[in-house]
Amino acid sequence: MNTIRVRNLRKKYSNTEALKGVSFEVDKGEIVGFLGPNGAGKTTTMKILSCFMAASSGEATVAGHDCFTHPLLVQQKLGYLPENNPLYPDMKVYEYLRYMAELHNVPSRHIKDRIKKVAEDCGFAEKIDHVIHNLSKGYRQRIGLGATLVHDPEILILDEPTVGLDPNQIVEIRGLIKKLGREKTVILCSHVLTEVEMTCNRIVIIDQGIIAASGTAAELRHTFDAHVKLKVVIRGEQAKALGILTAIPGVKNTDTYSVREKGAYGFVITVARNRDPRPEISRIVIENGLQLLEIHRELASLESIFNQVTTAS
Amino acid sequence: MKFRHINTIMQKELQGYFNSPLAYIFMAVFLVFTSWAFFRGVFLAGQAAMRGYFALLPWVFLLLIPAITMRQFSEERKMGTMEVLLTAPVTPWEAVLGKFFASFSFLLMNLIFSLIIPAILFIIGWPDWGTIAAGYLGALFLGAAYLAIGLFISSLADSQIISFILSAVFIFALFIIGDDAVLRAVPLSLVPIFKFLGLGVHFSSILRGVLDSRDVVYYALLVFLFLHLTVANIHNRRWR
Ligand SMILES: Nc1ncnc2c1ncn2[C@@H]1O[C@H](COP(=O)(O)OP(=O)(O)OP(=O)(O)O)[C@@H](O)[C@H]1O
Ligand SMILES: [Mg+2]
Repeated sequence: MNTIRVRNLRKKYSNTEALKGVSFEVDKGEIVGFLGPNGAGKTTTMKILSCFMAASSGEATVAGHDCFTHPLLVQQKLGYLPENNPLYPDMKVYEYLRYMAELHNVPSRHIKDRIKKVAEDCGFAEKIDHVIHNLSKGYRQRIGLGATLVHDPEILILDEPTVGLDPNQIVEIRGLIKKLGREKTVILCSHVLTEVEMTCNRIVIIDQGIIAASGTAAELRHTFDAHVKLKVVIRGEQAKALGILTAIPGVKNTDTYSVREKGAYGFVITVARNRDPRPEISRIVIENGLQLLEIHRELASLESIFNQVTTAS
Repeated sequence: MKFRHINTIMQKELQGYFNSPLAYIFMAVFLVFTSWAFFRGVFLAGQAAMRGYFALLPWVFLLLIPAITMRQFSEERKMGTMEVLLTAPVTPWEAVLGKFFASFSFLLMNLIFSLIIPAILFIIGWPDWGTIAAGYLGALFLGAAYLAIGLFISSLADSQIISFILSAVFIFALFIIGDDAVLRAVPLSLVPIFKFLGLGVHFSSILRGVLDSRDVVYYALLVFLFLHLTVANIHNRRWR
């Protein structure tokens, strides 16, 4: 059974249609990266899943409960970190966590232990007595994350949790999310590809309010392998090699690049969808009296898939 | 509706008042101003009564209560913490009541401090306890009504200043519509309605020392109406 199920979700703000029929599923235990450029509709989708606002139409279920009709049941199972991590600046860290614990119905006798646990897990135990606005951004981010965990939710929704952090902190927070993902179902919104690729087992790409692609990083590469490139290094006459390569079936396009070795030339070959011309290349190059020094197959980077998918329209 | 949620929100709000200088400024202004109003009456008229003091209260409240309520929801919206509050398993009624009771407790605290004045009266003369009790009761009702209106307006406006000004203007309007000067200007058929709606009419009626159930019902309805409007406004974004 899907932990999160979204069916044909639409959301119209006063003048823009932010979601135009979004559907996707998240299974129990998955860490799903929700990826898209600015304004794609990521935050809008998460606000609907967290029952902060209602969709204009469509269906969203979290942990078996409908977001529209049973918001309290959904929210009880959900840890939600809103975009920009809003916190009450005047509160002390433990006051804020206690506040969140009480609002999430953690029994009084467990609150202390829970606060202690999340403070240790998220690495802000030493700041527990500080006033929030005196803390650095990195600590505030950890506190925001800690607050979403205080009632030990089954499901986590994190909207850009690493924005504005320095590289070391980013690595730490990603590690933390990965660790959390062992026990929980996680949706991680981001427009940073590497982040999603490193932390998530599956990626959903949204663009202009519709789902543009979804799958594991490997599946996405496979689907979009129109972008597979071969790098070939040949010793011999450049013009002749170029002619031969371009004529091989399955080769869409050939470019040259320079290599260090004397008398050798590099070629970048764009391969047609679902073709693998490598055996053909090695045979024909040698038959023509040229020396084949290297063939390297470059998988489409997620970067290029992302660009391809989100700039199509 | 969970009492624990209301209590949690109320405690947090109250603590929030005292984390900012506003609460202390409020208390100081309230006490200085009301004592001045009172002792002026004592020295000028030579009477140990609190009538002048209570007559002044609606105007003091008019400036001070919007200052309490202006940040209640405006600030949460502006800072984005509204999202934190409303994505917790908390109903809008719990959030609204938590905030309302917090501001009401704060008002109650101020009124309790101001009990120094009747205490002094007790020393310098024999006060009229009936009037004083009625006056304090009226002040609580009136304050609750102002607070509910202010809370509603803070749920509409993102800016604290706008929230303050709108609340003060709206409360002022509602206060004076039952006033004779206004009544003379409206069609005769509307006079009873204006008279019933006017905040001031009911307050002076309580001050007279007669506790009429109509006044109590009026204030209870007014408070309920505005709390309900606040809830509806918060709920609004959850509707399709
Ligand atoms: N409250 C709002 N009122 C009107 N339009 C809005 C509102 N919130 C978002 N939008 C619009 O809806 C679209 C989707 O916005 P959304 O915030 O969901 O994007 P996002 O994918 O989270 O982008 P980002 O990466 O910048 O956070 C945008 O065009 C945005 O301008
Ligand atoms: Mg966003």
